[in-house]
Amino acid sequence: MRRTITGLLAGISMLAYGTAANAQELTIFWAEWDPANYLQELANIYESETGVKVTVETTPWSDFQTKAFTEFNAKGSAYDMVVGDSQWIGAASEAGHYVDLTDFFNKHNLKEVMAPATVKYYAEYPSNSGKYWSIPAEGDAVGWSYRKDWFEDPKEMEAFKAKYGYDLAPPKDWKQLRDIAEFFHRPDEKRYGIAIYTDNSYDALVMGVENAIFSFGGELGDYATYKVDGIINSDQNVKALEAYKELYKFTPPGWAKSFFIEDNQAITENLAAMSMNYFAFFPALVNEASNPNAKGTGFFANPAGPNGDQFAALGGQGISIVSYSQNQEEAFKFLEWFVKDETQKKWAELGGYTASAKVLESEEFQTATPYNKAFYETMFKVKDFWATPEYAELLIQMNQRLYPYITGDQGTAKEALDALAGDWNATFKKYNRPQN
Amino acid sequence: MSTLDPKSRAASRGMSDITIRNLFIIPTILFLIVFNIFPLIYSLGYSFTDFRASGKADWNFVGLQNYRELLNDPFIWSNFSITAKYVIVSVVGQVVVGFGTAMLLNRDIPMKGLITTLLLLPMMLSMAVVGLFWKLLYDPSFGIINYALGLGTFEWLSNPDMALYAVALTDIWMWSPFVMLLSLAGLSAVPKHLYEAAAIDRAGPLYTFFRITLPLVAPILMIAIIFRTMEAFKTFDLAYILTSQPTTEVISIRLYKMAFQEWQTGRSCALAYIVLIMVLAITNIYVKYLNKVKER
Repeated sequence: MRRTITGLLAGISMLAYGTAANAQELTIFWAEWDPANYLQELANIYESETGVKVTVETTPWSDFQTKAFTEFNAKGSAYDMVVGDSQWIGAASEAGHYVDLTDFFNKHNLKEVMAPATVKYYAEYPSNSGKYWSIPAEGDAVGWSYRKDWFEDPKEMEAFKAKYGYDLAPPKDWKQLRDIAEFFHRPDEKRYGIAIYTDNSYDALVMGVENAIFSFGGELGDYATYKVDGIINSDQNVKALEAYKELYKFTPPGWAKSFFIEDNQAITENLAAMSMNYFAFFPALVNEASNPNAKGTGFFANPAGPNGDQFAALGGQGISIVSYSQNQEEAFKFLEWFVKDETQKKWAELGGYTASAKVLESEEFQTATPYNKAFYETMFKVKDFWATPEYAELLIQMNQRLYPYITGDQGTAKEALDALAGDWNATFKKYNRPQN
Repeated sequence: MSTLDPKSRAASRGMSDITIRNLFIIPTILFLIVFNIFPLIYSLGYSFTDFRASGKADWNFVGLQNYRELLNDPFIWSNFSITAKYVIVSVVGQVVVGFGTAMLLNRDIPMKGLITTLLLLPMMLSMAVVGLFWKLLYDPSFGIINYALGLGTFEWLSNPDMALYAVALTDIWMWSPFVMLLSLAGLSAVPKHLYEAAAIDRAGPLYTFFRITLPLVAPILMIAIIFRTMEAFKTFDLAYILTSQPTTEVISIRLYKMAFQEWQTGRSCALAYIVLIMVLAITNIYVKYLNKVKER
């Protein structure tokens, strides 16, 4: 009898051990948006192939940074991987929250496999160091949607030409963008010119303004030397900021707190002629179930500035392994699978914006949606915000200085940018960043 | 058969002072120490350091540097000024509306109980729900407030000059019932014979209000004001959900951003202590005044 019980106990414990060994689970943390749903679909394929269950846990964008860093700072193991924002990479890597993926990156030659901008902004820190902390996962950048049906209305075309002297078409530069916004701005008809990012709680307003700054030939500073004087408050940036504020005049009423949801609504609810948004949000605009104007919606890349410079603000994220994960080995296996060509192709088919250069360059990808070609072109003209560990302070300071000028008509662009240069200098000095 | 009488048995079943101490007082004291006193002292220590919860580097003792920098930061003073403006508008509004409503309800009116209960509903709702609800009401395109008042596309929340008042208005709507409830309790405690005597002396309504009603209700009204001032000073959720404008960035929002978005842990602890000292000072002034009112 004793032997029987011992045997039974041994059998149960072996069964329990065996189950635990096979029932591996991974949790990926990301923000709440469509690409996260696509990633969950991709992860389901991984589960069917390997038996490893991967859950994509999401939280609203406004909480994403706070929630992720709260978990990191507590050295919590709730998340095995995180699809973190590009500007987090300095803070997360220097604080030891991310696993160093340099060997993995080099082993799979990802510097060549992934599009250059995605490697530069989502994976490498410090710049040009050859140290990698993420695998480019969701490529993204800011683009524009517009009401093609309004633009192609013969009466509108005629009236526009009479007023501005050139044909009504998707704008080629920021001057045309402004003219078209002004032309369609008709508050009496509850129709407005343009929808831009204005939300000052995270990076929306900053990313919106970056589209103007970069295309006007400006920069946020010298990322190698931390020099900002004469760069963030340069003449180009002053003009860019004035241009962005000018656009704000043509937004719908109450537009001072708008981000991706509102900017898509501007198109779906017949509010605005043109709308700024990340490419990742465009699938909703070509879907007739979510956009009654889907057939009449067109897309264009961020227009050029007065000197022909054409850039866009980078969105998107890389996927990193969290240092405190108890399942790092299994997480590496998932990444091995994720970077395979066929997985990247599947990722793009599901709706994710792959960073794989081969998939991006393919005819199949570029013709899959009305905006994929613009996305492909934009991804070679992107620039990003500071990725230094103190990025959050820089972001809040930029919001504090620009928001009152843009939405509250307080002060001048020059004053706002001079003050911002002062704030950033003080912050870099505080953290002993060399300013040559 | 027991020889003890029922009273003695009940007494023997009762708990001794030592049992009460062991079961209730010691756990409560331990709970307070672990969850209140310890974090308070710990954060006081952090406030003298450059500690960043998100950083890998060890913290350094910086003395009063955090306090000095914060008190010299014009943004922080702007946050305090916004908070003060908000507290004044919100609390004065709640006292006027709450006390006024209590005066109206302190009469024999039909369905008084039902009306009182319905008026209490706003303060039973969660702040997040109230914030989202009022955000829709204030919407310039389809909000019912502009429609009802014929204001067209007047911007409440995105107008920097109006946003703070819009948040205060929502707070007044939500918390006036609290003032009303306390005022009603105070009003119902005023002896009726005082009004009868005033009527015999042919005292006018204003004289009766300022000489009888207000002095007798003042102590309980002061308690309502103390509670509402402390709450208004700590306001976070309503302002955060409704606007997040620079002109509505009350001190608790700034504190949250500093602590959990910028991860300046030491500095934010120092700011929390500055706020704590200010709230204690204001409350102390109120309590002193309350004692004076009671003594009258």
